[in-house]
Amino acid sequence: MATFTLRVNGEARTVDVDPDTPLLYVLRDNLALKGPRFGCGLAQCGACTVHVNGEAVRSCVLPIEALKDGAVTTLEGLGTSAKPAKIQQAFIDEQAAQCGYCINGMIMTSAALLEKNKTPSESDIRAALADNLCRCGTHKRIVAAVKRAAAA
Amino acid sequence: MTVQTTFDRRTFLQAGGILAIGFSMSATAGANTLHAPKSVAKEAVDSWLTISPDNKVTIFVGKVDLGTGSRTALMQLAADELDVSFGRIEMVMGDTATTPDQWLTAANLTIFQGGGELRRAAASARRALVERAAQRLGVPAGDLTVEDGVVSVKADPNRKLSYGEVIGDGVKLDVDAKIELKKAPTYKVIGKSIRRVDIPAKVTGEFTYVHDVRVPGMLHARVIRPDDFGARIASVDDSAARQVGGFVQTVRKGDFLAVVARNEWAAIKAARAVRVTWTPGTGLPEQATVFETWRKLPVAKEEVTQNVGDAKAALDTSARRVKATYDFAVQTHATIGPSCAVADFQGGKLTVWTSSQATHSMQHELSSITGLPREAIRLVFIEGAGCYGRNGTEDAAADASLISTIISQPVRVQWSRADETARSPKSPPRTMDMEAGLDVQGNVVAWAGDFYIALNHIVAFKPLDFPLLAASETGLPKPGNWVGFLFQNSGQPYQFANVRVNTRHIAETFFRSSHLRSPGRIENSFANEAFMDELAAAANADPAEFRLRYLKDQRAIDVVQAAMKLAGWQARSGPNPNAGSGSVVTGRGISYLRYNNAITYVAAVAEVEVNKETGDIRVTRVCASHDCGEMVNPDGVANQVEGGVLQTVSRTLMESVTWDRSKVTSVDWASYPIMRHTQAPKVEIALIDRPGTPAWGAGEPTACAIPAAIANAVFDATGARMRSLPFTPDKVKAALAAAPPRRA
Repeated sequence: MATFTLRVNGEARTVDVDPDTPLLYVLRDNLALKGPRFGCGLAQCGACTVHVNGEAVRSCVLPIEALKDGAVTTLEGLGTSAKPAKIQQAFIDEQAAQCGYCINGMIMTSAALLEKNKTPSESDIRAALADNLCRCGTHKRIVAAVKRAAAA
Repeated sequence: MTVQTTFDRRTFLQAGGILAIGFSMSATAGANTLHAPKSVAKEAVDSWLTISPDNKVTIFVGKVDLGTGSRTALMQLAADELDVSFGRIEMVMGDTATTPDQWLTAANLTIFQGGGELRRAAASARRALVERAAQRLGVPAGDLTVEDGVVSVKADPNRKLSYGEVIGDGVKLDVDAKIELKKAPTYKVIGKSIRRVDIPAKVTGEFTYVHDVRVPGMLHARVIRPDDFGARIASVDDSAARQVGGFVQTVRKGDFLAVVARNEWAAIKAARAVRVTWTPGTGLPEQATVFETWRKLPVAKEEVTQNVGDAKAALDTSARRVKATYDFAVQTHATIGPSCAVADFQGGKLTVWTSSQATHSMQHELSSITGLPREAIRLVFIEGAGCYGRNGTEDAAADASLISTIISQPVRVQWSRADETARSPKSPPRTMDMEAGLDVQGNVVAWAGDFYIALNHIVAFKPLDFPLLAASETGLPKPGNWVGFLFQNSGQPYQFANVRVNTRHIAETFFRSSHLRSPGRIENSFANEAFMDELAAAANADPAEFRLRYLKDQRAIDVVQAAMKLAGWQARSGPNPNAGSGSVVTGRGISYLRYNNAITYVAAVAEVEVNKETGDIRVTRVCASHDCGEMVNPDGVANQVEGGVLQTVSRTLMESVTWDRSKVTSVDWASYPIMRHTQAPKVEIALIDRPGTPAWGAGEPTACAIPAAIANAVFDATGARMRSLPFTPDKVKAALAAAPPRRA
């Protein structure tokens, strides 16, 4: 076990964990965050996506010791149901979820895309989300939500 | 963060001062608090709803929301039957201690059966409340009106009583099974696209999935299972696991083996460190010849599902006979979030938080595994990742229950990706032989089908006795295939003079088998609608027009025409003369079915691009039309129809469980790929609303139309028939090689 201090959603948090613990487990089990989700542990599906220094990364394969001084933002850090971020509001407006388990990754990946590309085309959006898997078949609404957020 | 403490089973909300129909009950509570046990008998109104003095309504349903939005739709039904606003309603789903047993959330029944039962209970309550208000106010009930839970005298609106005031000491009341229900156009929220109540929390990380449940003192466990099918434990050495920080103990009962740790990562590392020697497995059949093997397996029974005229005689005398065989691969639910459950055994009682679609059934199923009486087991539904049938969810619940019962501590079990993809139950394989006879004009004079389906042990409205892994591993064999009503839609939907459809029920499957979205109907509709297309081509007819020739039901005709209109269908017989001259050719195909040949109507037109060099199919656009009767929430229906299209494009093009002679080899998203955003077609839908008619389900029907629509589009593009699903590039190339030369 070792002590790590990390910045999550703008706050300094200290945890006592094994250095090889993936960031996802620190966020969920030590910091009780519910946005990032376990999907595969293999960086294949994207359900665990968070931002580290603004980049979308797969927290399920990032050991906490490799985080260094990276600033972490999770879905909770974007907004709340009382005051959702633009991208979250767009997903609400498009009713872009079924079970919603993948939606964390869809929103975090899209938010990172929109930081770099304010006016993505539909194919830009699809390409950016190509490694985020959805099983319920909500693809159409997810892409519509990202378009809506870009236009807002 | 206080998430860990909010889900405290010991914090039962007590009944103090809260009044309810026929029963003194708890106040409403958030998702994280358990309600005090209460009446769950289906015939008693108080099993279904309680009303607090401040007019809050809590609805208790045995059906659950599997991510489809059914929570919102059922709330709409309750709001209108009770005459309260949507915002007054809270809903508890699938808690065996507080909700009536409405059987599995499955078989497309949540709105029709589950919603119907709820509506009758709510309407019974409303009538009783109005009658009691009439007594209190001294006026006939007919002189009263109800607005948002307040009963008032029509002629003197100041004379009024809220439901909470009317209820007094409670009203003892049974559900009137024949009570008159509200009808369009008197609805206030039924028929409106009310936004789903769960989505704001889901897009902000505030939603609590079963994966987020935390109980004080909870430990984390991983179950260690063999790769080889049917392998058993020869020996276990957990000495390395004991060195992992946070290791608590190993749990073994028979072939059930788990490690328990203080945190999740330690459980994973400890599980990897346990050295197990397994016996050789029981083996699996050769995958390349699985369908030949399947049709030769012992048949438990045969049943004729459709018999009109004399199909054999008509075939024998027909001018032209057409034959084809269709196969449908073994597939898996491929849930995005591997299954998870939390179980807490204390004081002889077991509480299990689970996303199971079958919490009431699981009381029965867990009883034999844990040795506890059914009454000592409470399952509390809390939403998980979409399951689309029986995936690993119930196994994970059984794992957690068994471990917690053995160690008497609360335990969370989170399955791995490989557990979910490889070890969860699978859909059984399927093969179907079709034959038809045409007369010289191209009219269908005979239709015959022979369907090789897995024998089913599920009985409607009875609990399952599923071969959960924790059962078989602890020496409790549960034989049988709990797969659903696979015969449904084996009968075809057209008006033919001579039809014989037979089903052969194969006694045993290769894998643990379960129901996967639209079980049976999707395979049967693939065969029926792909074969109907072959007959249209044999008759040199436009495939849409050919179908309409044999449909007499106006709603069937309407749904086919709606799909044609949406797609801009242009009548012609296939293959497409303008498919293109390069390596990429285009085509379109249509498909129609009525779910169970009894409820929801659906038609779909798929448009494809086929690369003849690579064998890749790209589905570019799907237009689906849908008539499920009266729509409770049109946008909710739309979401399900779109999801049915998109998930099934994935199943049709790329999904097959793979295995070698000893083990399943599709274990993750690389070896069991599903459709990506870059592969998703455009989806357009036409919803036909039928106010005043029964509201049928929308979760399953659309999926059934998609495989044949795509197969038929590939024929239109190439002249090749895709008869074995999934339509992978190698199968496309083989079909192209076998196809007759194109017409000039």
